[in-house]
Amino acid sequence: MSHILIYPLLIPILTASIALIFFKSRVFQRWINVLGSGLLLGFSAYLLYMVQSDGIQVLQPGNWEAPFGITLVADLFSALLVCVTGLKAFAISIYSLGDMDERRESFGFHPLYQILIFGVNGAFLTGDLFNLYVWFEVMLITSFVLLSLGNRKTQIDGAVKYVVINLLSSLIFLSGVGIMYGITGTLNLAAMAEALQDGENTGLVITASMMFLVSFGIKSAVFPLFFWLPASYHTPPITVTAIFGALLTKVGVYSLVRVFTLLFTQDIGYTHTILLWISVPTMVVGVLGAASQYDVRKILSFHIVSQIGYMIMGLAFFTKIALAGVIYYILHNILAKTNLFLVAGVAQKYVGSYHLSKLGGLYKNYPLLSSLFAISAISLAGLPPLTGFWAKYTVIYAGLEVQEWVVIGFALAVGLMTMFSMTKIWMGAYWSKLPDKAPVASDPGFKPVSGLHRVALLFPVMLIAAFIVGLGIYGEPFFRILFDAADQLLDPSMYIEAVLNP
Amino acid sequence: MNSVILKTAARLLFPLLLVFSIFLFFRGHNEPGGGFIGGLVGASAFVLFAIAFGTEVTRKLLRIDPRILIGWGLFFALVSGIMSMMAGDAFFTGQWIFPVLFGSEIHLGTPLIFDIGVYLVVVGFTLAVIFALEEEN
Repeated sequence: MSHILIYPLLIPILTASIALIFFKSRVFQRWINVLGSGLLLGFSAYLLYMVQSDGIQVLQPGNWEAPFGITLVADLFSALLVCVTGLKAFAISIYSLGDMDERRESFGFHPLYQILIFGVNGAFLTGDLFNLYVWFEVMLITSFVLLSLGNRKTQIDGAVKYVVINLLSSLIFLSGVGIMYGITGTLNLAAMAEALQDGENTGLVITASMMFLVSFGIKSAVFPLFFWLPASYHTPPITVTAIFGALLTKVGVYSLVRVFTLLFTQDIGYTHTILLWISVPTMVVGVLGAASQYDVRKILSFHIVSQIGYMIMGLAFFTKIALAGVIYYILHNILAKTNLFLVAGVAQKYVGSYHLSKLGGLYKNYPLLSSLFAISAISLAGLPPLTGFWAKYTVIYAGLEVQEWVVIGFALAVGLMTMFSMTKIWMGAYWSKLPDKAPVASDPGFKPVSGLHRVALLFPVMLIAAFIVGLGIYGEPFFRILFDAADQLLDPSMYIEAVLNP
Repeated sequence: MNSVILKTAARLLFPLLLVFSIFLFFRGHNEPGGGFIGGLVGASAFVLFAIAFGTEVTRKLLRIDPRILIGWGLFFALVSGIMSMMAGDAFFTGQWIFPVLFGSEIHLGTPLIFDIGVYLVVVGFTLAVIFALEEEN
């Protein structure tokens, strides 16, 4: 009996419970948070190794056989995402040591952080549709608290938008689950996929698939349901923004990929064409929105939307290379995008602002930070040899194969616009002179961060930058795993077989 | 609230509710009841006390911060799962022992530990929320 599948869930919730038991001691909570995240990283890497060497891993908690119990499943796609979640959890838990203020910590930031990771991992690993809903709720509730922790007016404003739209999404999701249960008589994803194979009730199934599309579309911020994201992501402290930007929308994309490869493949010509035409405005609107902003966090928030477009586009192409590209894109985005948020946070600690008009002189004064920004930004814009290039290259190559010229044209144009946005931040914050109204120059009370805090802030950024460079330059073995993962997604029989006939 | 009737009733009802909550908790073994409903009744004892005598006294009576109770509750629930793993079964598989005490067989198992966890989480959560609301004004 292999227990490895339970560890990515057990470690965060155990860490959260211990952090709650020592609620009064902030110092202890900090270190248990880092320790728990580190352990999580180790075990999730081991999970990836196991899945890669032994095939799809399945665990039936409580020993209830599928399809009656709640199954936990890890194929390569899930395992890769769990692994990168572990990496992010570890990096950001260290970052939070330098960033989190006393007040938020004493209101339970650390346990909430772990429960959020718990929810994200649960969504990646569950093999049960209703259970997926439960994990979404775990994430929604904790992210709501994390978003409003601190009680500032803008935060509550952002959090309300976030929660209302996400509750709506959950409602639609739950209705879809109900319909699917009515059609197939099961909630287990594998059993459901098996029941759908006989091709009855196609019309009803496609209707349900559209409900899932809307629901997960809200969660992953696709056009036209993205507006909650730029409205809320810039309000909390940068640690929270970074973990949100890294994981929450990606869980939505993960769910889309999961249901549109495993369940809804009856009429690809219809459903995946819709996906394709959603992806284009998502990319374009996101990048145009970013072009109109001057707050670094808002620019980056809009870029999340535009990058989601690429992922949906890859899913819509629905070939092996495209799906490998989607997975690579998700991983790349988790790494590069959060790193940019973290860098923006460090810059704010040095100069005192997130607004481009109040930033400046970073290149002259902080060359290390500037190079870290450059790595992440070049990666996000998609210049070789970093991860962003390979992510875009794979997805676009897949598009050329299926000859979707118009969509590819948009994707390339959006890539150029991303470059423009990154250049804008570079010019505004790094190359320009330090403006007089920057807090570090005008406010005598402002002190740039230094000492151990600085180490805590810069170490995780360097760690992730190393991964961005490493995965970009030494990408071939990694791509081999991705192609295996794409094979598993394209051939649901492996997944079904692993769950139902162990 | 300063009412003699309420204070007297609260004093009498407080132990009664606690005993009742424990009764409900154990009744959940084979019949309707269990950690969740038991925890709610247990919390209601403290809530009644808080309405009659104020939260400050009630916090002293509880001795432990309700938020910490949530932590312990989660911890107990997880321990019950970990025990299944140590026995070599899948997480959360029920493990049972049947010791004979005073001539009758007693069913002890990990679901009981899980339920203690549920009880504590429910008490902790309810009290944390209600104390916070009471102390707002």
